[in-house]
Amino acid sequence: MNKKSILNSKKIKQLLISAVFIMVAIFPATSFAQEKEHKAEEKFNPKDVILEHVGDSHSLPIFGSIILPLPVILYTDKGLEVFSSANVREEEVEGKSEKKIYQGKYYTYTADHDKILVADAAGNVDKAASKKLWDFSITRNVASMWMGMIILIIVFVSMSSSYRKRQGKAPKGFQSLLEPVVMFVRDDVAIPNIGSKYARYIPLLLTMFFFILINNLLGLVPFFPGGFNLTGNIAVTLVLSVITLITVNISGNKYYWKHIFAPDIPLWLYIIMVPVEIIGIISKPFALMIRLFANITAGHIIVLSLISLIFIFKSLWVSPASVVFVVFMDTIELLVAFLQAYIFTMLTALFIGMAVEEHHH
Amino acid sequence: MGLVEPHIGLVFWTTISFLILLFILGKFAWKPILSAIKERERFIEDALLKAEAAKEEMSRLTNENEALLKQARAERDVILHEAKKLKDQIISDAKEAAHTEGARMIEMARIEINSQKAIALADVKNQVASLSLEIAEKVLKQQLADQDKQDELVSQLLREVKL
Repeated sequence: MNKKSILNSKKIKQLLISAVFIMVAIFPATSFAQEKEHKAEEKFNPKDVILEHVGDSHSLPIFGSIILPLPVILYTDKGLEVFSSANVREEEVEGKSEKKIYQGKYYTYTADHDKILVADAAGNVDKAASKKLWDFSITRNVASMWMGMIILIIVFVSMSSSYRKRQGKAPKGFQSLLEPVVMFVRDDVAIPNIGSKYARYIPLLLTMFFFILINNLLGLVPFFPGGFNLTGNIAVTLVLSVITLITVNISGNKYYWKHIFAPDIPLWLYIIMVPVEIIGIISKPFALMIRLFANITAGHIIVLSLISLIFIFKSLWVSPASVVFVVFMDTIELLVAFLQAYIFTMLTALFIGMAVEEHHH
Repeated sequence: MGLVEPHIGLVFWTTISFLILLFILGKFAWKPILSAIKERERFIEDALLKAEAAKEEMSRLTNENEALLKQARAERDVILHEAKKLKDQIISDAKEAAHTEGARMIEMARIEINSQKAIALADVKNQVASLSLEIAEKVLKQQLADQDKQDELVSQLLREVKL
């Protein structure tokens, strides 16, 4: 078996080397041709492309130039305003982005870099009025979150129904694929960290784990229905960590609060320790928020930067190196997707465990 | 910068969506799944315990069987031994009986032969006696045909008689 795998890796190496040679031999001509074409166009700006991707948007790209407009929901000081984002989508006309103006019920709107703003009929932005807008739009991150949720609900509800159908029998199919993961969250995340009171928190931990995991994984898929940077969005990680914060502090028993407000230390140390502990309440979920956000966003930025290299150099010569590195990064990101879901859930379980722990002095 | 600035809309929708997801999955997925897993775990543990008990019972039965077998073997040996002894005895008894019977029969035959012989001898003796009488008669008849000889004989006999 070992011998065979060595043989295979040799074959793969040969294949890769020959592929690179073929590229080198064939593509110079085409890349030169492209270079000439590109000179007329505006300079490629990777920063804009990357930030556009890792951020949010009012329209949902499905395939190529097919873009699904999403509803814009605005809460203005005069009332709720709902319209399609297609009405304010910026469009590229002759290399320049042209703004659209939409006459709503209460104000006139335009969009600048996917931010809805109040404008007058001529298109001049009214900054003071724009600040008063509350944007509750279904953005593409919300849409992708819902797709992830639908996947989760379909998968797990069907899994639970197969438990009902195959009562007392060995798991099968999806059930046997996901059962070890569910068991992992229960046996290796919840029980060791929380202890005997784990049963109350297990639905939250499982939901958190699979919510983060599915959105991390969808983020790695480069085309519809994936490719969005949802778990790398600070708003999402903020909500998740606030849920952790609330759960931990609601579950906190008297030992937990005593540890914060009346620790067993000399009285004069209270001046330092109590504020530190209070900061600790916030900083633990804050670290969760930043960790997930930074890890996922960084992964997306690296992959996009590597792909952007092709466009920066304007040469297909770069693509083999670029693709190899992207494959490498995607493999790491796959690991990170699981790892971050695990770490977030594990630390949440740990904080809950610290809050519900019984001390016997 | 926009990247680290949480967007109110996304916060709002994430909160609502996550809570709905938590509710739906908690009610329709986690509860049945976890209870089914727990049920199965209990079942497996139960089955394992039962299997362990069955194994113990089995080994106990095997031991018992072995002991029984051993005992049966010993009994069989004893029975065989006794049967052999009995057989030997029967054979020897039969031999002895046959021997005595034979001896008795031989004895009886001998007695019979002797008696037959005596009878035959007596018969022969009678025959011989009657024959000799006949012969003597005939001889006497011839010898005493004349008077002289009769007288001679009478005188002879008278001489022989010693008074």
